[in-house]
Amino acid sequence: MGGPTTDPRAAAPGTVPPKRRNTELALLGFAVLITLAAQCIVDVTVTGSLRADLFTFGGWFTALWVVVHLVVRRFAPYADPLLLPAVAVLTGLGLTMIHRLDLAGLQDGEATREDAPVQLLWATVGVALFVAVVVVLRDHRQLSRFAYTLGLVGLVLLALPAVLPASISEVYGAKIWIRVAGFSIQPGEFAKICLIVFFAAYLVDKRDVLALASRRVMGLELPRGRDLGPVLAVWVVSILVLVFERDLGSSLLLFGIFVVMLYVATERASWLLIGVGLFAGGAFLAYQVFGHVQVRVDTWLDPFAYRNEGGYQLVQSLFGLGTGGLFGAGLGGGRPDQVPVAKSDFIASAIGEELGLFGLVAVIVLYLVLVERGLRTSLIVRDAFGKLLAGGLAFAVAWQLFVVLGGVTGLLPLTGLTTPFVAYGGSSLVANFGLVAVLVRISDAARRPATPPAPPKAAFGEAPTEVVSR
Amino acid sequence: MNAPLRKVAISVLVLFTLLIVNVNYIQVVRSDELREDSGNTRVLSEEYSRERGSIVVDGTEVALSTPTQDTLTYLRQYPQGETYAAVTGYYSLLYNSAQLERAANDVLAGSDARLFTRRLADLFTGRDPAGGDVVLTLDPAVQETAMAGLEGVTGAVVALDPSTGAVLGMASTPTYDPGRLSSHDPDAIRAYAEELGAMDLDPRLNRATQDNYPPGSVFKVIVSAAALSSGEYTPETVIPAPDLLTLPDTSTTLENFNGSSCSSSQEQSLLDALTISCNTAFAQLGIDLGEDRVREMAEAFGMTGDGMEIPLQVAGSSVGDIESEAALGQSSIGQRDVRMTPLQAAMIAAAVGNDGTLMTPYLVDQVRAPDLTVIDRSDPEEFSSPVTPEVADQLQQMMESVVANGSGRAARIPGVAVAGKTGTAQVAEDVPDHNWFVGFAPADDPQIAVAVFVANGGGTGGDVSAPIAGDVMQAYLEGQGG
Repeated sequence: MGGPTTDPRAAAPGTVPPKRRNTELALLGFAVLITLAAQCIVDVTVTGSLRADLFTFGGWFTALWVVVHLVVRRFAPYADPLLLPAVAVLTGLGLTMIHRLDLAGLQDGEATREDAPVQLLWATVGVALFVAVVVVLRDHRQLSRFAYTLGLVGLVLLALPAVLPASISEVYGAKIWIRVAGFSIQPGEFAKICLIVFFAAYLVDKRDVLALASRRVMGLELPRGRDLGPVLAVWVVSILVLVFERDLGSSLLLFGIFVVMLYVATERASWLLIGVGLFAGGAFLAYQVFGHVQVRVDTWLDPFAYRNEGGYQLVQSLFGLGTGGLFGAGLGGGRPDQVPVAKSDFIASAIGEELGLFGLVAVIVLYLVLVERGLRTSLIVRDAFGKLLAGGLAFAVAWQLFVVLGGVTGLLPLTGLTTPFVAYGGSSLVANFGLVAVLVRISDAARRPATPPAPPKAAFGEAPTEVVSR
Repeated sequence: MNAPLRKVAISVLVLFTLLIVNVNYIQVVRSDELREDSGNTRVLSEEYSRERGSIVVDGTEVALSTPTQDTLTYLRQYPQGETYAAVTGYYSLLYNSAQLERAANDVLAGSDARLFTRRLADLFTGRDPAGGDVVLTLDPAVQETAMAGLEGVTGAVVALDPSTGAVLGMASTPTYDPGRLSSHDPDAIRAYAEELGAMDLDPRLNRATQDNYPPGSVFKVIVSAAALSSGEYTPETVIPAPDLLTLPDTSTTLENFNGSSCSSSQEQSLLDALTISCNTAFAQLGIDLGEDRVREMAEAFGMTGDGMEIPLQVAGSSVGDIESEAALGQSSIGQRDVRMTPLQAAMIAAAVGNDGTLMTPYLVDQVRAPDLTVIDRSDPEEFSSPVTPEVADQLQQMMESVVANGSGRAARIPGVAVAGKTGTAQVAEDVPDHNWFVGFAPADDPQIAVAVFVANGGGTGGDVSAPIAGDVMQAYLEGQGG
């Protein structure tokens, strides 16, 4: 990925590395074009004509990315040029699939409200958050100062639905919502980012201690017992989420991200093994104790045996994917509306059905581009906090996609996670825009040429030996 | 921290590869299985949303799709439902489809390769995709006369054009209304299907093709063909025709119909034996010819045991296992394990009528694109040549004699020479016999070959089935002449 010319580390001292903003602009334009073309295809295929407000949509959607691009050009000129175009295509594709499912719902008379305009509104809120983060947060290291506050906020957000009455927080058996005045918010999506920031700051702080090994067992250096505290704490939180919110997805997501960040911070593979061990124990316990986990696992192992019960969703999803085959039914040509909650949890199977294997793999590869650019940012950024934060955020996207797509395709048990940027849901979209904003901020710092010779630090209390112009 | 980060990057690559491999497995390897799963209504609902092609008989649509207001955009209708039910079958939301609706589904649904360029054009012109029409070889007069003849009985009629193999008529009773299985009301469909399923004999079975029955004396045509083809016999050859035949190596005796006597001299010509359908004479003849000759001749006439597609699925017909000479004697008069479909019976008559050449039966004359342009036309194909023209000529004379002087008199048509053979097959003790008639007309230049099968008709092939055959052939010849 990336030739030496894009690698700032390879840039000779004194030369200014390319900012690649025009590359980003061209790719964004391409992303908008793809989205608009897809919208036209959906309209023509399903209704036979273009809808009246297509221009409004097109203008709005284009404006969003123009704003994003201008803000990045001004405030984060060295940001990675591939992050945003990938996000733009995914968001556009999501809006298109949601619109496509709206049309199906309207035709069947099952839906009265269109969700796509709402999602566009959420995308706008997401862009606003993005702009706010990029403009206000001039240096990602500032975040570490609020790490403990963010950690607390994250925990509260995570716990909120559990303590609220079910009438406000429960949808389809999972207590992960806050529904107020017609809006539904999934605070877990925001908690995820807050906690990643906290983990990054905490682990950078404590990594020397955590990396200490005391015993070698079977070739592995195991940490001291008392250093197990943090990982056990997160494990317990994850279990609590599972118990009180019946949310397998968030639980798995949170624990996976933490273990991987712990591993990156300490460079000790033993943490991974401990994590896997704790996960296996937790999973086994959960399977034994909770009926809903058992049902999930049973339907995962043989969905067709429960095709009219718990396995219905998954079986319908597999039918959609199988019917789509290599090339798909074409946008608007399939029946993705036959899969329950196709707009949110199962949007990937809608894409697989209508765009086929090629389309779905293309989407997976887009995520791969997004994630690997994030990890690359993490590799080249200079400070430890930025490294861990970028790595954690990028891995969070990858891990979430793996868990949700694995669920939809029967590779893993189904969880209630959303497909980042694509699935219907305001919280997820807005939170992920925030996530990308932080990544953009870090990548700007990573690729920015080293600041012009800084005044030598007044080391050891000595006075400057020369005057440097500011 | 870069070393573990690189490992994380590689792990992500591995995770995503897993996803991609799994998606490949689902969308490529398991694609067909998932697409065709009975719980997957996608293909069906896509088919319903497209204008399905019509099934056409002589310019009239016997199955067509009409637009509706409900979510299933098109309703399948069968204006002459019961008359053509055996051929069209049904197209049901709940019970899939049957007969031609199933066999010709690719064309009707528009997914057939022959419609590919048209579909491509639809894509660009924005024209709603539609299925192609299937134009059948059936003749309305033949079909209606056949259905009228079968009224009140269980049975089947198959009529063929001997020179091409085109199916002119295919009727099966009891019949049903395919429209009621193809409605958009699941409860009504289910109720009707239960009603049909509760009947002793399921009307949804096409008895002309989907089941086979003991043919009785119809099989004597094949034994005669084997005898004549051996070169050792002519129609005038005198063969033994005892009142009672003790089967070889057994104490079982075989007698003639109703215990009657074929000939006071206990022997008669092959011609006479066929004319009066003498059981003892043919049982002995079969034993004398040997199993191989009888079996080979039956296979040459199409009784290979294998099914065929016309494109309806046709059950196999065969002589079955013959363990002994005694079994061979019984098989030679079409009993024991000999089984044939009514279509197979018609093929025997058609082959004799067509100078010994059997043409492959076919039901679809043309496949038409939605704009009525013909995109495929069936060409007659030779199936086999079971007998030489000379032997066919001799068989035709013998079969003419059956109708002129023998058991098939009821199939006579005024002014037209008819050739035929009756069959009365025993089924079981206390169960009425099956009644058969196969024949063709005019005898010297056959235009139509027909087989009539009446299950448990209780009479003989001569009195129950022959009159129906006569009416069907007459209806066709009058239609052709006028």
